[in-house]
Amino acid sequence: MIIARNVADLKKGEKAIIKSFNDRDMSLKLLEMGCLPGCEVRLDAIAPFGDPICVRVGGCYCLSLRRNEAASIMVE
Amino acid sequence: MKSSLYKIALIGNPNSGKSTLFNQLTGLRQKTGNFPGVTVEKKSGVMRFTPLLNPVPAVVDAAVSEKEPPTEATLIDLPGIYSIYPKSRDEQVVMDILANPAHPDFPEAVIVVADASNLQRNLLLYTEIADLGLPTVLALNMLDVAESMNLRVNAVQLAMQLQVPVVRINARTGEGMDLLREAVQRQADRSGQTVTYFLDPAETHPDLVEEVKQTYQLDNNYLAIQYVCQHDAFTFLDQKERVHLDGLMEKYVFDKTDFLANETITRYERLRPLVQKSVTVQGESDEPAWTRRLDKILLHPVWGYVAFLLVLLVIFQAVFAWAQYPMDWIDMATAQAIEWTKQTLPEGVINDLLTDGLMAGIGGVIIFIPQIAFLFGLVGLLEESGYMARVMVIMDKLMRKFGLNGRSVVPLISGVACAVPAIMTTRSISNRYERLLTILVTPLMSCSARLPIYTILIALVVPDETVLGILNLQGLVLLGLYLLGLLGALGSAWLFSQFIPRREPSYFILEMPTYKLPRWSHLGIMMYDSTKSFVLEAGKIIVAISIVLWVLASYGPGDSMETARSRALTEIPATATENEKEAAISSAQLESSYAGHFGQFIEPAIRPLGYDWKIGIALITSFAAREVFVGTMSTIYSIGSDASEDALTIRKRLQKERNPYTGGPMYTTAVSFSLLMFYVFAMMCMSTMATVYRETHGWKWPMIQLVYTMVLAYVSAWATYTILS
Repeated sequence: MIIARNVADLKKGEKAIIKSFNDRDMSLKLLEMGCLPGCEVRLDAIAPFGDPICVRVGGCYCLSLRRNEAASIMVE
Repeated sequence: MKSSLYKIALIGNPNSGKSTLFNQLTGLRQKTGNFPGVTVEKKSGVMRFTPLLNPVPAVVDAAVSEKEPPTEATLIDLPGIYSIYPKSRDEQVVMDILANPAHPDFPEAVIVVADASNLQRNLLLYTEIADLGLPTVLALNMLDVAESMNLRVNAVQLAMQLQVPVVRINARTGEGMDLLREAVQRQADRSGQTVTYFLDPAETHPDLVEEVKQTYQLDNNYLAIQYVCQHDAFTFLDQKERVHLDGLMEKYVFDKTDFLANETITRYERLRPLVQKSVTVQGESDEPAWTRRLDKILLHPVWGYVAFLLVLLVIFQAVFAWAQYPMDWIDMATAQAIEWTKQTLPEGVINDLLTDGLMAGIGGVIIFIPQIAFLFGLVGLLEESGYMARVMVIMDKLMRKFGLNGRSVVPLISGVACAVPAIMTTRSISNRYERLLTILVTPLMSCSARLPIYTILIALVVPDETVLGILNLQGLVLLGLYLLGLLGALGSAWLFSQFIPRREPSYFILEMPTYKLPRWSHLGIMMYDSTKSFVLEAGKIIVAISIVLWVLASYGPGDSMETARSRALTEIPATATENEKEAAISSAQLESSYAGHFGQFIEPAIRPLGYDWKIGIALITSFAAREVFVGTMSTIYSIGSDASEDALTIRKRLQKERNPYTGGPMYTTAVSFSLLMFYVFAMMCMSTMATVYRETHGWKWPMIQLVYTMVLAYVSAWATYTILS
């Protein structure tokens, strides 16, 4: 069985490709900031207490977001 | 009728170097104000043009050709945005201006600043601005960062692809400024060009676009679709027009979220091949190695907090220890100026008003300049270097527990200098609820205006001793008061979060800028600017109050001052010296003055806290601004003292003050600590209230804030006094 994974499931240093979003309003903001379907993401850092996390988007810049926000980005 | 000066708008993503470019183009010729009708801070400045070698041929019109082309333009710095669709109140102002040619700030040309190291995302905003039909120049910034990430940008290729003037600049060093000025002037001189849409909304919604264009007489398809998407935020549309546009959305079954998502994705799809042609990647592109290495430490679960604490320590050291030297100089200079004026001018009412009223008041304002400047400089340094974003990340989870957001850290830290600019920085918190909580609790952070009160009272009752070998007891008490303020702020935020319903979900999404060395000139301008606005804004109130206070303390109702004088003379023993007589008269007169009446009026209310009517006067006046407290104390006690005591410091005067009921010292440990508690919590600042009123659009929240801080202050002062006495 294949379980759908999202950015919050990534391990530190792990890379994945953005597939889709499951939150319409959040997706608008993420799209504008360059998180596009097909883009590569890498989990760069995790803040103390495990939240928020920092992800590198498309190899060119770093975005920090909360776990529940990251959970709206589905990856493969 | 347009003014002859061109208006140029500066637009760009956050962290694209926009404000550095603004400083570079305007230097010190800038001013801060508000955009008309909204409380969004507007920075504008004068930008010089370079004389053009080949000016665009002027229109053959006598009236126009006689006039020299403008040599200067007004440059308007608009809030940093990722797209023209606003995510916070601050960002709304951008489209409110750009969509409304009748707006006083509507620009003749736009500079879009783009971070070359992240070109695709930065160009999204550019294509939106260009589609609105505004003459645009693309300023390509941070090419050095791109290079360090192994990215090479071909500006000529980019200009050809986008059909727009592209200028390579370095906002930090000032490279490319002349070329930029020239390109902007050329764009501003041309007008009425036809737009080649990068993405024409008429492709997908031809009928809707056509109907909006006809109804509102617009030429631009993209602007027409913005009327549909953003009409609720456009202040230039009236209620009828908004309802009509809502109707259009229904008629054409227009789903805004779908449209926005599709628009953004399509723009990126069209940008991708274009960026690929203009940017060459050599090897692996990744963020600069030093940013990664620094983040390993600064975001570390342990070292991250250690580093943050160290930074806070330096800030405190600067504000409280280093700023002390220039403050002492200012204090001395003011005292000498007052003394000199007193001696030089003929004695009389004018002399007294000038020295004891006006000059003392001005002195009370400028004494804060070093602290304010240091704090603004350091906060600016943290923001410029990119560290502030990391602080928000490591503090977010902690702040969330109290109903706040990682972004609340900046206002809370700035609150240590002054709550007014601190509350203004809450605008970057896009969630209304978290913003409101932050505004409500920020005034509890001990601002620099409380410091003189703390210093004087601590020096009065806490011995100057060393404990545990290295720690100064007075310093420890001071630190305790600051921590108490912080705890009060967090605790109140938590309490409020239990009572105020949360309506929208909380967001944190934040771009992490790469670390940069700050530009010192930029920092200097920032310090100068914020200090200037503090001195002018807060200064006006403080000086006015000092004068009013002087009048209230020098005059009384009817002939009460004369009566007090004769009463004092009859009561005093004939053997008293001339000086003792004078002192008795002054003190009796103060008691009968308007200020004395006020103080006595509220005395019953403050008696449980251990205060007398003299402190009552200081409480009333410092209600307008805390910094007035010390000024009032010196006014009250200098009026009540004789000439030979003028040299004594305010502290010594307070020490000598006797309690009229017990005969012992007035400022006992209990009274002093009770006063300290009161000032830690009470929101005694009219400027802060005015700011909260502006930011929350009404009196509801400032009033709630005033009441809750007063209750907190009164109860804790009463408890302190009761326990200690």
